[in-house]
Amino acid sequence: MIVVEAFNWILAHQTEFFSAFNRHLALCLISLAIASAIALPLGFWVARSQKASFVAINIAGSLRSIPSLAILAGTMPFLGIGLLPSVVALVVLAVPPLLLNTVVGIREIEPSIIDAADGMGMGRREILWQVELPLAVPSIIAGIRTGAIQVIGGAALASFIGGGGLGDFINAGIAIMNMPRLVVGALPIALLAIFAEVFFGWLQRWLTQRR
Amino acid sequence: MIKLEHVTKNYEGSGRHAVDGLDLDIENGTTVALIGPSGCGKTTTMRMINRLEQPSAGRVLVNGEDISGIDPRDLRRRIGYVIQQVGLFPHMTIERNVATVPRLLGWDKARTGRRIDELLDLVGLDPAVMRKRLPHELSGGQRQRVGFARALAADPEIMLMDEPFGAIDPITRVKLQDEFRLILKKVSKTVVMVTHDLDEAIKMGDRIAIMRDGRLLQYDTPQAILAKPADDFVRSFLGKDRAIKRLSLIEVESMMSPARENPKGATVYPGDSLHIALSTIIADDLEGVDVVTVDGHRVGYLSRDALFAAHTAAG
Ligand SMILES: Nc1ncnc2c1ncn2[C@@H]1O[C@H](COP(=O)(O)OP(=O)(O)O)[C@@H](O)[C@H]1O
Ligand SMILES: [Mg+2]
Repeated sequence: MIVVEAFNWILAHQTEFFSAFNRHLALCLISLAIASAIALPLGFWVARSQKASFVAINIAGSLRSIPSLAILAGTMPFLGIGLLPSVVALVVLAVPPLLLNTVVGIREIEPSIIDAADGMGMGRREILWQVELPLAVPSIIAGIRTGAIQVIGGAALASFIGGGGLGDFINAGIAIMNMPRLVVGALPIALLAIFAEVFFGWLQRWLTQRR
Repeated sequence: MIKLEHVTKNYEGSGRHAVDGLDLDIENGTTVALIGPSGCGKTTTMRMINRLEQPSAGRVLVNGEDISGIDPRDLRRRIGYVIQQVGLFPHMTIERNVATVPRLLGWDKARTGRRIDELLDLVGLDPAVMRKRLPHELSGGQRQRVGFARALAADPEIMLMDEPFGAIDPITRVKLQDEFRLILKKVSKTVVMVTHDLDEAIKMGDRIAIMRDGRLLQYDTPQAILAKPADDFVRSFLGKDRAIKRLSLIEVESMMSPARENPKGATVYPGDSLHIALSTIIADDLEGVDVVTVDGHRVGYLSRDALFAAHTAAG
């Protein structure tokens, strides 16, 4: 069985496997963190204006339709190969869904809630932290969920531009026509994506039900 | 006292005045009902009192002070704000919602806690049951009770209420109107209430301000307005039954004559409205009704003629 062979290979090459696995995970987490640091504040700022929100939602929507591989390939002419272009590409991949969901999450807050907050004398900052952010969190989590899945899959392709990670096993597997080796890369990636989907989905539901 | 001095408001991109040279004096401790057709500028007028809107011209004074010189946040924390949609924070418990302004003012926990219990009791909600609930677990009427309590939290002198009962079913609405009116009198607030319901304005308002196209058409007590509409628009706005409406504002006691010799037929209480006396007279086709107190003392008589004369009498 291919899966058993793949598992045996992992047992025999634990250092190699976990170094790739950790790198893959790190690539995903770093990219998601940077993307969040960009998209969340930008989303809150953009959501102030209806026009800006409309523009941002449309741009983010069209960016999302660009295939991951095209984005990864697109960074190479500018940044060469290695870790940096991979991270940049993954950030570009993750920003649109995060931005989209942040803007939508804030715009969907009932205007009367903000009006009441204003009318009681809450300041901009108080409204942001005590009202808008908590109310937009379920939508933002949904954005992180989409972004995480995009990034986990995208990171598999980072191997093409020298980003390393589990994609290396897939590429090696294809190059030497070794199916178990391919599975060593593909299966953990699939499991990571499923885990992200289930975890953030649960988190989103939990946060939504709480109110 | 709230004083609007020749206040005008133009919204950007709109060719006409939303509010047009409005003068309005509101005495402390009174309730003023702003009423008029949709779009006549009621909400805008109200929102200029807590600086949610800025007048394009004119001034708004609170207790003699021009509010354009007061930080809007400080001003708003001193003014209760109630809106039709309530606007409770859906992610906060009822107690946290009610504690919003005390939190902004930095009250300590003990004081805030006592105040929450006091307010929930005041608006007819059991603190033990309600404190930890979330807004979505409440009925529409209960939510507006919480909204009202939240507005009263820091004991503001002034209350602004924009169609507070507009989204509430008719039966609950009447109940809430009665309860809120009593509470507002008890805590002697100065109230500006926007409504498009004439009966509500008559019931809640010490004075009614009738608006049209951003202008003030008439500003007086409900009785006076119903007796003498300022113009044809106000007359038609009040409706053809305005004389009957007015009867509900006058107590039998103020129009009755001394008790008659041979009492007979149906009776009314001194505190009943002329509306009820009229209904009683019509029902039994009487010449008049005897006025009897709850403990059975006959204190007066109200004739059909005296009742009919009431419309032109007391202003
Ligand atoms: N934020 C706004 N921007 C532009 N026009 C507005 C705004 N708010 C109200 N208006 C306009 O001002 C006028 C008065 O509105 P409003 O005060 O809400 O009336 P009312 O409360 O009596 O229904 C209306 O013509 C309305 O369309
Ligand atoms: Mg209005």
